[in-house]
Amino acid sequence: MSKRKGAYASKVKRATHLLFFRRHQKPGAKGWELRKALGSDYPKVLSVLDDNLKNLDLQVKTVFEEEKTPAGKPSLDDLDKARFLVTLRGDLTPKEAKMIGWRIDDLAGLAIIVSFIIAKRGQTNRKEVEKLLNEKLPDWKVGPNIDKYIRYGYIQQDDNTQLYLGWRTRAEIDERALINMLLGSERQGATESMTSENEEETEESDALSETQDNKKE
Amino acid sequence: MQTEKEQKRMGRDKLQRIIEMCIAIENHQVDPFTLDVDDIIKMIQEYFPKWEKPDDFNLDSEAIHHLATVIKLQSEWVKQRSTSLYTDPFLLEEKIRQARKEQMVSIFLKAWHPAVEMEQLSLHSLREAYLYWNSLLTLEERWKELEVTETAIGSATRSEMIKERILSDKYFTEEMAIFWEELKLTTLERGKDGKIRYWDFIGAETYEETIQRAFMTSFLITYGYATLEIRPLEEELFIKPFEKVVEKLATKQLVSIPLALSHEEWQKWKKGELK
Repeated sequence: MSKRKGAYASKVKRATHLLFFRRHQKPGAKGWELRKALGSDYPKVLSVLDDNLKNLDLQVKTVFEEEKTPAGKPSLDDLDKARFLVTLRGDLTPKEAKMIGWRIDDLAGLAIIVSFIIAKRGQTNRKEVEKLLNEKLPDWKVGPNIDKYIRYGYIQQDDNTQLYLGWRTRAEIDERALINMLLGSERQGATESMTSENEEETEESDALSETQDNKKE
Repeated sequence: MQTEKEQKRMGRDKLQRIIEMCIAIENHQVDPFTLDVDDIIKMIQEYFPKWEKPDDFNLDSEAIHHLATVIKLQSEWVKQRSTSLYTDPFLLEEKIRQARKEQMVSIFLKAWHPAVEMEQLSLHSLREAYLYWNSLLTLEERWKELEVTETAIGSATRSEMIKERILSDKYFTEEMAIFWEELKLTTLERGKDGKIRYWDFIGAETYEETIQRAFMTSFLITYGYATLEIRPLEEELFIKPFEKVVEKLATKQLVSIPLALSHEEWQKWKKGELK
């Protein structure tokens, strides 16, 4: 192995440690942290890591500050302020989602809120969301669920109880794909397996959900 | 039967109304599709052979010009809605209301790529934890009750408070002005680029005096006599005195910056171990 390749391999390892292991409240690392740890060529290191992660169905995701996603190629300054994290490249099956601690009701609630905020052009009042969720979810579950999505970073709430999309939605959810699929969906399109799994909601799933709550808090 | 003069007058009125309508559309007051372009063009064509005067031709060309702008607006509207970037919010809202939760989850899972994160113990973190545990005092020692003697409630005079060193014998503003001058002088002597390291300024022979200086410094910063410069990467903290009091600081939203002033930190500074 050449000296240059060796240096890169070691930087890729270091980048893996920085991105995989949680060190702050939010997962991943900021661009400036990576620059400090890996040097100014950190975008190249991340691109090598991203290539390596392909086989594992993972990817290095860049989330730009607020909603300031640059139109063209991002500048070094944009990258320094951005957050880098590792996310799943493909998608999860409903069974897998359940295994990582998400109940179908919680997941559906999150999907509804995210799409509703997008439909409302980026912001909506909490009362409106609560009313919408109340149509299909029990009252006692709606408020705590919204608070949970806020805690996780999927949505954020201002002093006037207006809800917006949070950093985690920008990091994890392909908003365009979600809307396109929703608009193109047919009522009959739902997977049958989901219905059967819903009925099978067990206490074990609740326990898993709780565990994840505690961990995230 | 209308005379030719009347027809021309009517034609001018119609052109005028077309122009007004087009201007309203250009100003986004009216939907561009309320105007039937084909009908308008037919009408303009119908009156065109009757025009003889330059004013009438001007009116005719003005109507054509505005009509062209409306056609452009109509085409932009169609283009925007035909691209994949446009989503009709009402349609989307309706879809959300109609969707069953299983269907919503199924769609959501195709667009959701959750973040991957791990938590794991390492030998290094275990060692740190072991060292911490060893240096940790027992609860009994940590919660040892302070021996406090009970005293009756009374009032103190200003001179008594000065004697107890709670109040200074100087007026506070006067004291702050002197302290500001000291900051400026010290920065000039020991600082660099018009600023000085925080600890180099507040640090004193005794811990009590250091706290007193930090207390006064916080007022200097709050009232616009100086500012703090924080370098998070280098973990360095500087104080920068202003030449004049910056009053606009009071109108901005103030941010509180907590700074650790423990006895341990002070000792580190004394030994020259603190930046």
